[in-house]
Amino acid sequence: MRPILMKGHERPLTFLKYNRDGDLLFSCAKDHTPTVWFADNGERLGTYRGHNGAVWCCDVSRDSTRLITGSADQSAKLWDVKSGTQLFTFNFDSPARAVDFSVGDKLCVITTDPFMGLPSAIHVKRIAADPDEQMGESVLVLKGPQGRINRAVWGPLNRTIISAGEDAVIRIWDTETGKLLQENDKDVGHKKTITSLAKSTDASHFLTGSLDKSAKLWDSRSLTLIKTYVTERPVNAVAMSPLLNHVVLGGGQDASSVTTTDHRAGKFEAKFYDKILQEEIGGVKGHFGPINALAFNPDGKSFSSGGEDGYVRLHHFDPDYFKIPSI
Amino acid sequence: MAAVMSMEDIRTEATRLNIDLSSVDWASVRLPPGEDCGIISDDDDLHEEDSLEFDAGFGNIIIVDNLPVVPREKFEKLEGVVRKIYSQIGVIKENGLWMPVDEDTGKTRGYCFIEYNTPQENLQRWLTDEKGRDQFVIRAGSDTEVLWNDARQVKADPVYKRPFWTESFVQWSPLGTYLATVHRQGAAVWGGASTFNRLMRYAHPQVKLIDFSPGEKYLVTYSSHEPSNPRDTHRVVLNIFDVRTGKVMRDFKGSADEFAIGGTGGFSGVSWPVFKWGGGKEDKYFARMGKNVISVYDTETFGLIDKKSIKVDNVMDFSWSPTDPIFALFVPELGGGNQPARVSLFQIPSKVELRQKNLFSVSDCKMYWQSNGEYLAVKVDRYTKTKKSTYTGFELFRIKERDIPIEVFELDNKNDKVISFAWEPKGHRFAVIHGDNPRPDVSFYSVKGGKVLKLTTLKQKQANALFWSPSGRFIILAGLKGFNGQLEFYNVDELETMATAEHFMATDIEWDPTGRYVATSVTSVHEMENGFNIWSFNGKLLYRILKDHFFQFLWRPRPPSFLSPEKEEEIFKNLKKYSKKYDVQDQDISVLLSEQDREKRKQLKDDWERWVNEWKRYHEQEKMDRQMLRDGEASDVEEEYEAKEVEVEELLDVSEEIIQDA
Repeated sequence: MRPILMKGHERPLTFLKYNRDGDLLFSCAKDHTPTVWFADNGERLGTYRGHNGAVWCCDVSRDSTRLITGSADQSAKLWDVKSGTQLFTFNFDSPARAVDFSVGDKLCVITTDPFMGLPSAIHVKRIAADPDEQMGESVLVLKGPQGRINRAVWGPLNRTIISAGEDAVIRIWDTETGKLLQENDKDVGHKKTITSLAKSTDASHFLTGSLDKSAKLWDSRSLTLIKTYVTERPVNAVAMSPLLNHVVLGGGQDASSVTTTDHRAGKFEAKFYDKILQEEIGGVKGHFGPINALAFNPDGKSFSSGGEDGYVRLHHFDPDYFKIPSI
Repeated sequence: MAAVMSMEDIRTEATRLNIDLSSVDWASVRLPPGEDCGIISDDDDLHEEDSLEFDAGFGNIIIVDNLPVVPREKFEKLEGVVRKIYSQIGVIKENGLWMPVDEDTGKTRGYCFIEYNTPQENLQRWLTDEKGRDQFVIRAGSDTEVLWNDARQVKADPVYKRPFWTESFVQWSPLGTYLATVHRQGAAVWGGASTFNRLMRYAHPQVKLIDFSPGEKYLVTYSSHEPSNPRDTHRVVLNIFDVRTGKVMRDFKGSADEFAIGGTGGFSGVSWPVFKWGGGKEDKYFARMGKNVISVYDTETFGLIDKKSIKVDNVMDFSWSPTDPIFALFVPELGGGNQPARVSLFQIPSKVELRQKNLFSVSDCKMYWQSNGEYLAVKVDRYTKTKKSTYTGFELFRIKERDIPIEVFELDNKNDKVISFAWEPKGHRFAVIHGDNPRPDVSFYSVKGGKVLKLTTLKQKQANALFWSPSGRFIILAGLKGFNGQLEFYNVDELETMATAEHFMATDIEWDPTGRYVATSVTSVHEMENGFNIWSFNGKLLYRILKDHFFQFLWRPRPPSFLSPEKEEEIFKNLKKYSKKYDVQDQDISVLLSEQDREKRKQLKDDWERWVNEWKRYHEQEKMDRQMLRDGEASDVEEEYEAKEVEVEELLDVSEEIIQDA
């Protein structure tokens, strides 16, 4: 498995997203331009120019026509995937962090950071079919959690929104009423900031990664803890294979405390775990900084990782990988 | 007095007297006090007994020592007092108190035996573990935990755990009986048969350091106190406690200067332990070095031997033999080389200098005793002629031989820097890491028969520390710190590498007391990777436990074996015979483990299936709703599309150009 090194960003990567067909890979970084790549050979297809701050997150519509990005320039932007033109800008009073399209792509959830006395918030925006009719108003605004909300995603059938962030609590909100439905059981939950969250393809369960050096698998409906994956380093990014019962955790020593001694000391490997047995299967080395983003191709035959080092590494699995016995 | 009879004779005698031997209750047979009827006491051949039998047979008998010696008249009274005190512990068996009387004087002998109905708490119970496992203590975060190393089940089995058990560190006593904890008010020792109870407290405010005597009879505690006037030096308090009674046997107070190591270097700190214990496990003597003196105390009076210290001008360092009341000391060169440096061996209590060796142009000396006190190696760093650099040589003292012969020994390349030196425990071999390369060489030597014989040199090893197995023969060449935790498990008998491995960032390595397992740990000096690995002696990784903020890993020491060297030899020779029983057990456990493992996996898989089925059901139920949300786009299924090749022609630019006919 020789990775394809994709050098297009000048600053640390923040997020990676494949489209549904698995032929495009979108990458966000602390430089201001989200980039789209061919997911097969790693060729750069284009960039989306217009943001004026680090881009934290993105999502692409099911038909791969629209891209939404959330940025530290206090805005979220809608883009035409093909032409790279800006369609609409949602302006906020604080940096935008997480974005996620709903099932049907008619709604979008955007989280904003606490900033200048403002608390963090989760905004729900309606996405118009025709960009000319796009409005900036929020359908719903949820407030309450302390600290940054690092990820917010739609639950099954758009009925709920699942949020997680610095206060280490996973919350489920009702999208109709805006009420807080559930918080995770504190005894089994994460002990430190939740950095990442990845849904399964059918949205029935999701995986969270935390600085407490673990990742946890939860049921989306009942918020029951199903599995815990313990690792040796803070987890910055998580991904689940859509094909096999594998989960991937990425992370490493905090960027500020990375020493110059040995790249192995930092643990910048992407670690594979058996989803059911919670046992480590293997690791993929390569980055020389912490891994900030991970994504699986929807066909489960390749995955990519984005690091603090500014590289995206695209890995196509060897045939041997698919022979790893499960149980 | 009856002559000693064989069992055969007894049977014949019994038949003659018409006694049915099987009906005799042997336990009820009691000998009159002070009369042994010519039967050898059990105690006399105790050392030949198997230790297990000893524990089983006398578990409910205790010995009370240090009783007053009283004449017959006061016998009853003393017995009453003793009975009263000791019945607090348990129910004393009928006729269970026996105070031997000296025939000649008619007085008691100052001790008595008490037999209880139930066995008393046996502080050495952990040694009788059926599976022959060893214990260890770990400290991580605020928790201190004692565990069994269950290597067969490849896991650690918890024994006792307690948060905030100690305020700074824990320490086993040298024979493993006690676990000492350190607190602001003093130190405490813990132990017991099945759990850890506090056995004794030793008050010493702000105690910083503790040290047991090798036979764990005494505990030395140390504290240093900030002076009220900042120009003064720190005030130092040392207490020596009797471990069992908790009584202060002697205390020492003074300024830090007095307890700092003398010599010309002018060290500012106190080197611990201040008191070094000599005379082996009997804890007879302890000594400390002062300016130009070595003060040796005995534990009978806790005073200086002969009431004065041994005067040695400019003494730099001294070191006791681990077994005998002999110590070696080192005096550096004086007067710019006019007076040579020397290493001397002193015997205590006679204070006789057994052997002395003068050494020239010495820059430094280090002393290494072999664990049986048979050999002493002195590493001598000497200046070269230019005085700009040093080279290393060794003086090997053979202590047990007549007149203590000294062998001078140098490495093949005497300019090599010596990085580490270690004697094989109880053995006659030693290992040296030497060389100036980034990858130094490791050499093994034997001193058997008075000659230093090189066994082998291993070139270019990533090693900077040596860890011999406590039973000898095996050694770990470890590359700690700069080498990131390289480990090489080496068999010195066969001179072959058994395994190489790595415990990334390892900071500490400790063999278990039996030499069967090794623990390597990463303590909190590093931020990442904290935790420990347990390896078999031949370098197989058995299990790995990660703990954040990992501070300490300590194996519980074992007292020395009761087996004679001959018996050990015999067991070693007939290992196959002895190991058979254990092989069967191992087999059973491995079958059991794989069975358990299979079951666990099946269970996990079934649980997972249940979840997945539930999700599938939901997914199916909600199919229509999802379709609606997607404006009627039919399916969730990805595969239902057809790949069509569409050719799209796009006209980019048209230009007309007339091509001239040539």
